[in-house]
Amino acid sequence: MELHDLQLIARRERERRRRIRIHCCTSSGCLASQGLEIQKRLEAAVAEAGLEGEVEVVGVGCIGSCGQGPMVEIAPEGTLYEYVRPEDAEAIVAAINGGECSVQRGDPLRPFFTRQFPIVRKNAGKIDPERIEEYIAAGGYRSLYRAINEMSPAEVIDEITQSGLRGRGGAGYPTGLKWSTVAKSRGDRKYVVCNGDEGDPGAFMDRSVLESDPHLVLEGMCIAAYAVGADQGYIYVRGEYPFAIQRLQKAINQAKKFGLLGSQIFDSTFDFRVDIRVGAGAFVCGEETALLASIEGRRGQPRPRPPYPAESGLWGKPTLINNVETFANIAAIIEHGPDWYASIGTESSRGTKVFALTGKIHNTGLIEVPMGITLREIVHQLGGGGHSGSEVKAVQTGGPSGGCIPASLFDTPVDYESLARVGSIMGSGGMVVMDNSTNMVELAKFYMEFCKDESCGKCVPCRVGTVQIHHLLDKLTSGKGSPADLDQLRELCQLLRDTSLCGLGQSAPNPVMSTLKYFTEEYERLIER
Amino acid sequence: MATPHPTRDAAAAAGDTRLKILEATMKRNQYRPDALIEVLHKAQEIYGFLSPDLLVRIARSLHLPPSRVYGVATFYHFFSLVPQGAHTCTICLGTACYVRGASELIARAEDVAGIAAGHTTPDGKLSLASVRCIGACGIAPAVVIDGNVTGHMTSDDVAAQVAALLSAPELLGS
Ligand SMILES: Cc1cc2nc3c(=O)[nH]c(=O)nc-3n(C[C@H](O)[C@H](O)[C@H](O)COP(=O)(O)O)c2cc1C
Ligand code: SF4
Ligand code: FES
Ligand code: FES
Repeated sequence: MELHDLQLIARRERERRRRIRIHCCTSSGCLASQGLEIQKRLEAAVAEAGLEGEVEVVGVGCIGSCGQGPMVEIAPEGTLYEYVRPEDAEAIVAAINGGECSVQRGDPLRPFFTRQFPIVRKNAGKIDPERIEEYIAAGGYRSLYRAINEMSPAEVIDEITQSGLRGRGGAGYPTGLKWSTVAKSRGDRKYVVCNGDEGDPGAFMDRSVLESDPHLVLEGMCIAAYAVGADQGYIYVRGEYPFAIQRLQKAINQAKKFGLLGSQIFDSTFDFRVDIRVGAGAFVCGEETALLASIEGRRGQPRPRPPYPAESGLWGKPTLINNVETFANIAAIIEHGPDWYASIGTESSRGTKVFALTGKIHNTGLIEVPMGITLREIVHQLGGGGHSGSEVKAVQTGGPSGGCIPASLFDTPVDYESLARVGSIMGSGGMVVMDNSTNMVELAKFYMEFCKDESCGKCVPCRVGTVQIHHLLDKLTSGKGSPADLDQLRELCQLLRDTSLCGLGQSAPNPVMSTLKYFTEEYERLIER
Repeated sequence: MATPHPTRDAAAAAGDTRLKILEATMKRNQYRPDALIEVLHKAQEIYGFLSPDLLVRIARSLHLPPSRVYGVATFYHFFSLVPQGAHTCTICLGTACYVRGASELIARAEDVAGIAAGHTTPDGKLSLASVRCIGACGIAPAVVIDGNVTGHMTSDDVAAQVAALLSAPELLGS
């Protein structure tokens, strides 16, 4: 494979294309509502109408407005159809030639779409994720070519550092710095690991990226491997995502066949192989040291750091571990340059972030927005406000490790520091919206029950503390609490935060502490009764 | 690690294709101990659950102490050490589904099936389970019935589905 081969594949692919493409979402949300059947019926309708020379039906990744799915888009013109049923296929095809069609239309010019800034989701909903040719035609694998043929590993790391990219898995560690640590670490072998465990219940950004554009993640991992000197990679995906795993495996096989993974990539001396590791349902495995233990076939229990995986990771070798979305930003940075990337977002938080908007919100789905956008803009402009007109009370970011932010603080910009300042975290991108029907103490109890169930039991503060906090919350919600219980709750939360071994225990109190702070009256009301 | 594997002969003798598939998986992974989780996934996929015999067999093949295999199998929620029902109904209790009323769905399902989530009906027809997010949060609340995901579920939908599974005719074979 050479650069002109890539260009040839891209040209052939463009020539093959029909003038009109019917994009049919076949990502998980729409798939669960007969997405495949809709695709089949659309194909049959196109054939029936004798339009095959002009129109093609393409199964694409997530279009974003999953709550309105199944979604179908007519490209390039842009008509969007919502809540599509298989029996709508003929009308949709007829409408291409000006026929009648009563299927509900979505407005592609509403803020939900126009306020987005797609980098990671650039191809999502536009290309068939099961065909590498479409990814290549969209410019794919050219950044990898550039990195290998025109840049030294140190230059690649410099560009990532200059871009200001920070880890999208939650903690926001500077990506370039992590890469350079791994590059400098000594080892006869190094590994690159992609964290696709996506444990936050209520978040599906990584799943969607893997399902909608798997090659983007592979290309990012490959560039990373070249930069740090690794020859083996692992993608750890949750077992709850069988479809993402299947698509990813297909993508790996195709990339191997095209000589873009494996040995002598682009006829260079650089080799890189990638294997999938399937998780088995344990939230704590998202924590990096637990994840590495799980890849080694052991119980996924965290270990104290240092040593950090960058120095001693998989089988004691230097290991780079990044989140799915982090890797999905790499190709764009190499393609457009670090200055371009750094110009998006804020001073401390560069670039964009993908969020999963869920809960009591009008538009549920996936969005990618520049950092620095306010919560208000996300919830009210993109999200369209409360579900069926209800009043939004709070949003929860960061899942079981994050906090609840009340509507009064919705002018807070979305960046790592600002969210931490109001008692939450950026997290991996889950954003659950609550309205007045949500009881915040019950919600805190819900999260604590989750942490209690998911505590790996290795250290006492977390193992025992989560049970005790859950018990106290249970006492409160059943109306048997006393003012002393609230004090004890605060003390226990502080203890967990200060003494737990890993992030799970350290951050488990966040949902409780933030609701106690912003919704004190909901706790007090339970005591007065 | 090309040690002979007694299980291969046993498998051939018993004509047990499931065992052959399991053996093939272990072989493909070169009987490496670090492939344990892959192998357990495969074993559960073909047998439906991980019996004590199966765990011992896997331990022997991968040269691991049985305690280690047992420890891993019990650590991960995905693995089940007891047989599952002929049908499964799994209700998502992730945050997005919870906020959209998933607790009510669970309560209704438990009510109709007469068992608590995490259990199987005495006649072995139905296992009721909960899961923490399957990534279909955009169409919350989501329910998985026999591997198929459905979104926007109401408690009446769940009740009807569970009742249908309970009255479905017996499955033949596995
Ligand atoms: C309890 C716990 C769960 C975590 N879950 C995830 C996860 O699901 N996905 C993820 O990418 N990072 C997760 N992390 C963060 C990882 O430990 C690690 O920081 C991250 O994968 C590094 O990648 P990044 O620098 O690209 O963000 C979790 C951390 C903790 C403490
Ligand atoms: S804090 Fe909790 S999850 Fe983390 S190591 Fe301790 S017990 Fe395990
Ligand atoms: S899954 Fe179809 S639009 Fe998101
Ligand atoms: S919370 Fe139920 S599918 Fe994610």
